[in-house]
Amino acid sequence: MAKNTLYNKIWDAHAVAMLPTGQTQLFIGLHLVHEVTSPQAFDMLRERGLKVAYPDRTFATMDHIVPTKSQKRPFTDSEAELMMQAIERNTKAFGVNFFDFASGKQGVVHIIGPELGLTQPGMTIACGDSHTSTHGAFGTLAFGIGTSQVRDVLASQCLCMDPMKVRKVEINGKLNAGVTPKDVSLYIIGKLGVKGGIGYAYEYSGDVFRDMTMEGRMTVCNMAIEGGARAGYCNPDETTFAYLKGREHAPKGSDWEVAVGRWKALASDADAQYDDVIRFNAADIEPMITWGVTPGQSVGVLESLPDPEKIADEGEKQSVLLAYRHMKLKPGQKPSDIAINVAFIGSCTNGRIEDLRAAASIARAATELGQKVDPRVQAFVVPGSMQVRKAAMEEGLDKVFLAAGFEWREAGCSMCLAMNPDQLKGDQISASSSNRNFIGRQGSPTGRTLLMSPAMVAAAAIAGHVTDVRQYTSVTTGAAQ
Amino acid sequence: MSKVTTITGRAVPVVGDDIDTDRIIPARYLKEITFSRMGEYPFYDERFAPDGTKKDHPFNRAEYQGAAILLGNVNFGCGSSREHAPQALVRWGIKAVVAESFAEIFAGNCVMLGTPAVVASKEDVSALQKLAIEHPDTEFVVNLDKMEIHAGHGAGQTMVVKVSMPPSRRNALVNGTWDSTALLVANSALVAAKAAQLPHPNGRQA
Ligand code: SF4
Repeated sequence: MAKNTLYNKIWDAHAVAMLPTGQTQLFIGLHLVHEVTSPQAFDMLRERGLKVAYPDRTFATMDHIVPTKSQKRPFTDSEAELMMQAIERNTKAFGVNFFDFASGKQGVVHIIGPELGLTQPGMTIACGDSHTSTHGAFGTLAFGIGTSQVRDVLASQCLCMDPMKVRKVEINGKLNAGVTPKDVSLYIIGKLGVKGGIGYAYEYSGDVFRDMTMEGRMTVCNMAIEGGARAGYCNPDETTFAYLKGREHAPKGSDWEVAVGRWKALASDADAQYDDVIRFNAADIEPMITWGVTPGQSVGVLESLPDPEKIADEGEKQSVLLAYRHMKLKPGQKPSDIAINVAFIGSCTNGRIEDLRAAASIARAATELGQKVDPRVQAFVVPGSMQVRKAAMEEGLDKVFLAAGFEWREAGCSMCLAMNPDQLKGDQISASSSNRNFIGRQGSPTGRTLLMSPAMVAAAAIAGHVTDVRQYTSVTTGAAQ
Repeated sequence: MSKVTTITGRAVPVVGDDIDTDRIIPARYLKEITFSRMGEYPFYDERFAPDGTKKDHPFNRAEYQGAAILLGNVNFGCGSSREHAPQALVRWGIKAVVAESFAEIFAGNCVMLGTPAVVASKEDVSALQKLAIEHPDTEFVVNLDKMEIHAGHGAGQTMVVKVSMPPSRRNALVNGTWDSTALLVANSALVAAKAAQLPHPNGRQA
């Protein structure tokens, strides 16, 4: 059993009671809400005559269904418009904080929490969305829940929980040039498998995470769930505090000093015990792409696609064969032989300002070489939030993208899950900076997705096929996204 | 809440590892603001071609209509936390899910709907799936008191398989306390005391 880890400290501080089922009643410090998984939960409250217990700890926005070409109301899609009206009505009726377009703070729920300083070390955070693990980058215990559990948190600010195990994932050394946090994520999932993390919270530690920016840590924690771990976290440190200082909801004045003192004490102790420890070397990680239909089916950009005959486990082999059939790819093929139709830069994995800077640096390098997005590719950039969009435009990134032939869109989830007009058509193949390559994920049942870092997506958009980002010399070392 | 102890019915095999919730219910159906029609959509894109014609899928086959138990493999229900996935299965008629392993959030969502998600060994799941494929009319019984599945085709052919699930979830089902809201709301005074000790997202340090 894990002891003296950040996970243990947060769990103990938030345990309210032991329930008759043997589960712990866990207090949720911050509840984030979005339009898709909440309307039924609010209706359930109405049916039971319940109120939102702690509206001051509940923050809502809309992201999944929002169109990214124009946010003009009413939306052309009448179902999306109804869903918008539902969240507007529900947040108003129940007195919940709501970041809508008019607030200037709308965006993907996992991007705006940190950006507004709502996500703070030591918190428990829940949201009806599996990528809630993102917030673990700040040293929180953050995880996704289903709609009935959203109802529980709305009604009581608590959840019935079983404890998790804790696995330390330690990566030491220095990342190679052109290797980004997204590659680190895909590498870990490739090694441990998409179900390797079931039952665990992952603690990411070692040189690589110590040196990583908050944006990068969010990318890695975001993808914890893709490896089966419901939560992932980094211990809070000076990088965390520097990111938070001065943000809208972050502690101010004397509260700031008190908070930093608390946060420092939360980090896992030097003698902490873990249920499992796994170590990797930073030097072994190359820029990665997924080629299959789970985030674990990946290769380094210079490797060849795997031989299914060499897989011993029958279930895994069948998954790989299914992936080849769906992706219309062949064992032994080189990633650079895969032509793409669509390039998508965005999502809660890689839709933050650093991600856009990294992609823009490739776009800029290409423009300097007289290159542009391949005419056969539709490439578009979707900032993760209105604030990210604004910051990017202040730096002129929109112009860099537009000059290189990318479209520049409004904030939202966009083609990460295609519950909005941004969808693949037929068996189009996309290079995508999002997190899931599941069959049908990007809106077409026969559509195909290759996951990679935002810089790799930008490079693929220009080349017209998957390509090694390191050919663009302006890509700097591991610090770049 | 009702006590859930035994589930009896025919079983539908859904073979394959890592069946994610996008496959169980494509995102476009999540635009509906109630769960009421979810029963029409499970595995939609695997069951229907874009022009609406039926494809070969266990959920389409005549012999599995009315089945109450789903037999899956490894990491069933991975991916998105959408409760729409178990809602779709349950509203289609599924009352228990058996697999080699489950994604955490999916298994938790099942319990919230009073639907057990139980784990059996690889060999046992294969044997159960084989039975359901070869003899679709076989009656299966998932027994949460004994944590066993009984199934059999022909006289004296009863197969008994051990299953497991986290004890707390089993307790919730067999004691009829799987509707957690009531349990949680009952402790509201303790919750208020806890809230007062903890920092607030507005920065206030209690
Ligand atoms: S960006 Fe994608 S993964 Fe993230 S919340 Fe939106 S749909 Fe979910």
